[in-house]
Amino acid sequence: MKVLERTETATRARPLAGARLERLRQAIDEWPLFWLLVAPNLILLGVFTYWPLVYNAYLSLMQWDLISPVKIFVGLENYRFLLEDSEFREVVRNTVVFTLGTVGGTMLLGLAFALLLDQPLRGLALARGIVFAPYVLSGAAVAVFWVNMLNPRFGLVAQVASWLGTVSPDWLNHPRLAMVAVILVYVWKNVGFSTIVYLAGLQRIPQELYEAATVDGAGVWQRFRSITLPQLGPITLFLLVVSTIASFQAFDLIRVLTNGGPVNATTTLLFYIWEQGFVAFNAGRAAAAAVVLFALLAVISWLQVRLGERRVSYD
Amino acid sequence: MTERLNWRRAIATGLRGLLVGLVVVIMGLPLYWVATGALKTNQEIYTFPPVWIPRQPQWGNFVEAWQAVPFGRFFVNSIVTTLGAVALELLFALLSAYALVFVRARGKGLVFAVVIAALLVPGTVTLLPNYLTVGRLGWINTYQGLIIPVAAVAFGVFLFRQHFLTLPRDLLDAARLDGCGHLGLLRHVVLPLSQPVIVTFLVIYLVAHWNDFLWPLVVTNRLEWRTVPVGVAYLYQVEGVQNWGPILAGTVMALVPMLLVYVVAQRWIVKGIGGGALKG
Repeated sequence: MKVLERTETATRARPLAGARLERLRQAIDEWPLFWLLVAPNLILLGVFTYWPLVYNAYLSLMQWDLISPVKIFVGLENYRFLLEDSEFREVVRNTVVFTLGTVGGTMLLGLAFALLLDQPLRGLALARGIVFAPYVLSGAAVAVFWVNMLNPRFGLVAQVASWLGTVSPDWLNHPRLAMVAVILVYVWKNVGFSTIVYLAGLQRIPQELYEAATVDGAGVWQRFRSITLPQLGPITLFLLVVSTIASFQAFDLIRVLTNGGPVNATTTLLFYIWEQGFVAFNAGRAAAAAVVLFALLAVISWLQVRLGERRVSYD
Repeated sequence: MTERLNWRRAIATGLRGLLVGLVVVIMGLPLYWVATGALKTNQEIYTFPPVWIPRQPQWGNFVEAWQAVPFGRFFVNSIVTTLGAVALELLFALLSAYALVFVRARGKGLVFAVVIAALLVPGTVTLLPNYLTVGRLGWINTYQGLIIPVAAVAFGVFLFRQHFLTLPRDLLDAARLDGCGHLGLLRHVVLPLSQPVIVTFLVIYLVAHWNDFLWPLVVTNRLEWRTVPVGVAYLYQVEGVQNWGPILAGTVMALVPMLLVYVVAQRWIVKGIGGGALKG
């Protein structure tokens, strides 16, 4: 009897002691451990993400060829040059066209593909797999085989053109069509991403909404406009911001497909920065262009979120 | 009435099937084109109308590509760089997220903000300064140069932190009461409960690093230090447009590793990307 009582108190006492121990533990601030765990990552972020921002801003005020021991301070000269340079204006225009084309293309097609593939059928899983596959592939490798496909004499486009009863233009060497071709390849490679994101969004829309609307006599189009589109609002905003940032970083496709040409027809901001820095060895100008890109991207993202939040309702 | 409705439904289904077929052809045909092109003779490649099925698969194209440029070296470089960067990132992300959720300390909010704000800095702006830093460290044409500057994580910390916050409190408390220290908690409770997120993380970062082009291009300048994507672009440059067979074979070699990863891990990629978007 006594033994039983003893064990009972013992089992009751244990959690009590545990709780007290817990409270004692909570009083101890474990800051050394905390900083030990977060430090390696923070140091790397500092050295290779934040410090470069400062250093880049500094470089943008200099004239420097990356080799000579002295950097010459030139103030805002690099920015003034970019502002007045007609080539740079073309680069900005190219970037705008490329961004609009790629972001618009991937998002609209992504939505269309998602609507088409949003059904629990077996064959559609394979179709979804094929749509997303190009997204995981190396842009450089993709660009190489697209150069082959875009060849107007023996490429796939030549065949498609002949099926349509016409002759394929020389896409990559055409002053206007080169940009169209680069955008098309980019959209082909990246449309899978927005498709997958939209598919995830579609699957989260409650079916009752559609059932209620059908009972109320809403047609397919009405249901799409009044339920599907608004429900996809937050995801559309997310995609808009993410796709714009990704589009600004496009490099490998352009480098291999056209190398920025013909002349400068497909030179976007990032490509220009790389060319100025690593081909022309003009560090100051490259740095100034990088600041312009950063500012542009920041303003665009901010506008997208601001304007988007007003139209999108989260619930 | 019902018959008419059935007719309409049949037409709609048929139309839908047709459109799905069109999408599959548009997205899949280029992949078929490169896969068969790699097996064609140059004569078959340079004819019009194109040959759809190579008469005799030219496996020699792969041999020729392998010999034209040091492909073996490219693969070694890519594998070491990718695995090194992903391993470091996984470690940093897990430790940082663990500290942010389970370790008691002040200043957590600030640290998290500093990590997340890094997402807003485009790699473009850091390109030239990082190249100069790496140059000063003497890391041009080294694995350190390829790996360390890209090993800091921001999104990964976010991913794990969000997941850790959803772990059941009771279980964690029970483990603590059983005398689990931080190491025990991480090993026996947190990690086993995080496996799906870890797989998602691994796949996303694996793909990103394997395909990275600009940083390896900038931070290496000798052929034996090039990675697979940079090497493929180089192969295309040296073989020009005169010798498409081996170029396409080389391209296929560069594409296959990520296609395999994709086929094996498709479920997690799709879930991770779709889910990440919804949470974000």
